[in-house]
Amino acid sequence: MAVLTYREALNRAMTEEMEKDPNIFLMGEEVGHYEGAYKVSQGMLAKFGEKRIIDTPISENGFAGVGIGAAMVGLRPIIEFMTWNFSLVAIDQIINSAAKMNYMSAGQFPIPIVFRGAGGAGGRLAAQHSQSFESWYAHIPGLKVLAPYTPSDAYGLLKTSIRDNNPTIFIESEVLYGSKGEVPEGEFLIPMGKSDIKREGTQLTIISWSRALMYVLPAAEKLAKEGISVEVLDLRSIRPLDEEGILTSVRKTNKVLIVEEGWNVAGFGAQVAYLIQKEAFDYLDSPIERITQEDVPMPYAANLERSSLPSEEKIIKKVREMIK
Amino acid sequence: MSQPKTKKETEDLLELYRQMLLIRRFEEASAKAYSMGKIGGFCHLYIGQEAVGVGAISALEQKDYIVSTYRDHGHALARGLEPKSLMAELYGKKTGIVSGNGGSMHFFDKKKNFMGGHGIVGGHISLAAGIAYASKYRGDGAVTLCFFGEGAANIGSFHEGMNLAAIWKLPLVMICENNHYAMGTPEYRALSVKDVSVRAAAYDIARDHIEGDEVRKVREHVRVAVERARRGEGPTLMEISTYRFRGHSMSDPAKYRTKEELDKYKQGDPLIKAEKDLLSSGWAQEELTKMDEIILKTVEESVDFAEKSEEPPLGWLYKHVYAENV
Ligand SMILES: Cc1ncc(C[n+]2csc(CCOP(=O)(O)OP(=O)(O)O)c2C)c(N)n1
Repeated sequence: MAVLTYREALNRAMTEEMEKDPNIFLMGEEVGHYEGAYKVSQGMLAKFGEKRIIDTPISENGFAGVGIGAAMVGLRPIIEFMTWNFSLVAIDQIINSAAKMNYMSAGQFPIPIVFRGAGGAGGRLAAQHSQSFESWYAHIPGLKVLAPYTPSDAYGLLKTSIRDNNPTIFIESEVLYGSKGEVPEGEFLIPMGKSDIKREGTQLTIISWSRALMYVLPAAEKLAKEGISVEVLDLRSIRPLDEEGILTSVRKTNKVLIVEEGWNVAGFGAQVAYLIQKEAFDYLDSPIERITQEDVPMPYAANLERSSLPSEEKIIKKVREMIK
Repeated sequence: MSQPKTKKETEDLLELYRQMLLIRRFEEASAKAYSMGKIGGFCHLYIGQEAVGVGAISALEQKDYIVSTYRDHGHALARGLEPKSLMAELYGKKTGIVSGNGGSMHFFDKKKNFMGGHGIVGGHISLAAGIAYASKYRGDGAVTLCFFGEGAANIGSFHEGMNLAAIWKLPLVMICENNHYAMGTPEYRALSVKDVSVRAAAYDIARDHIEGDEVRKVREHVRVAVERARRGEGPTLMEISTYRFRGHSMSDPAKYRTKEELDKYKQGDPLIKAEKDLLSSGWAQEELTKMDEIILKTVEESVDFAEKSEEPPLGWLYKHVYAENV
């Protein structure tokens, strides 16, 4: 099995798909000559040329719209947002055009588009460059929302997203681009709406996704040493949601902690908690708990940033309380 | 442009006049149905602006694309979308052009390359650039025509769309239908430079500006821009001055303008102009009256069709939220 970085896995997924289908192109700021602000599209301009790897001016609303228009007539664009923070000036296009076009046109104009780029918190980038938008986009019917953690998931899910006939919000994690992981040789696809148990356990389920797993998995490791067996469920796919996978794990462990990098209020974890209490209430041995980013814009100071995010310590402390 | 004088020479004017009259009658019927509560939501009428849509769209080929705003009835009819399915859509029936999912502001017809019907002011401009982008990408030779109002020329999406279309030399014709009001805001309170086409200079693209009261004049000018786009010479920004005789939407009494102003513009009613031209070149009043009767009948039939059609089944609520993967 090959060991790839997260960015190499994404690059491989896009390259393979573009080799197969001439309707696919990649568009965004710095994706071509600069080879991607995070180097995700390294080598792609040389391989596919300027016709298919297209540098844009700084105009997110404009090029998101261009992608959607092109998708209306059968092309399959991949639109890179340098980071999801800047998708906010394009959010009108994503929500009002991409997500609804198929519905408004009664199925005449599906929008097979992937919006992808770096998301999430970290790196002391402060309030405007350090935030998670999974919950925002998950709110919208017509969109699909993915947030992979491992290189292998990133590869398999990006390929699925590119082949999907719907607009997909593919949120990569800025701090994960360099992380390494085994990616099986040969082509494979990971279906949307399938969670993955990243660690088996019996006493409590932690539900999480994307970069927050960086804290969750080591915490589970340490807890195991204390004799506490935690199951870690990686959602990977926020919308569609793997309801069955969640409920199966909850019925097995009877306790749930949801860890997310986004904010608490109206955060996606609240939706997961609602699902569990509705469908598996009788299986719960204690209230569902959540650990989220603190209810503040991201501070710059290193200590404040750290304290505002979920952490190994917070998770361990919370699990110990819940197991007692 | 030399004015054709003989009856034969004006046969094409008759066809353009027929399309304009169909729009007028269709919308008069929609206004009536709206007042009776049969049509819901916003309903923006095109009455007064017919020469722009009909003239511009008649300069296109079937393979070309049209992107419209929420004021889309006129553009849709000019493109030849079925009055029956449009009226049924206004009624929210399952036989509507988008089976009751869209209503007045969201007509779409893939077979006719009619690409909506968009409700966010200016948001559709970059979509149009994207459709034109796809034509260039594939080399299919199609041109995209995008309509918008002068109000839309002030939103960021307009500038981004224009700049992208310009740097990539997209086959796009941008038509600002300047009816001098964005809802209740007159142009002088919203535009630093009143002629929107002047902004073409900012993107180094071609521009044109005409009055939109003569349908053939509109066609000739748009044709120049369409041909330029088809030759690969990039987009054109046109302003076509016009006037809407009704309020912004059915719920707008249009108190922000004077009766004198309205009357002045009604002198330039594009239908009356075309009718006069037809009469002076040998068409008989009876021929025109007969045509009007046929159109009225078509419209009546479409109302009847809409009335009699069923509502969409409740089971369709979740249909088309997502496209199928094949
Ligand atoms: C982004 C956005 N802001 C506001 C509105 C509400 N609105 C709908 S039409 C309109 C006026 C637009 O005027 P103009 O572009 O000149 O077109 P016209 O109606 O004159 O054809 C406004 C303000 C909207 N639909 N979208």
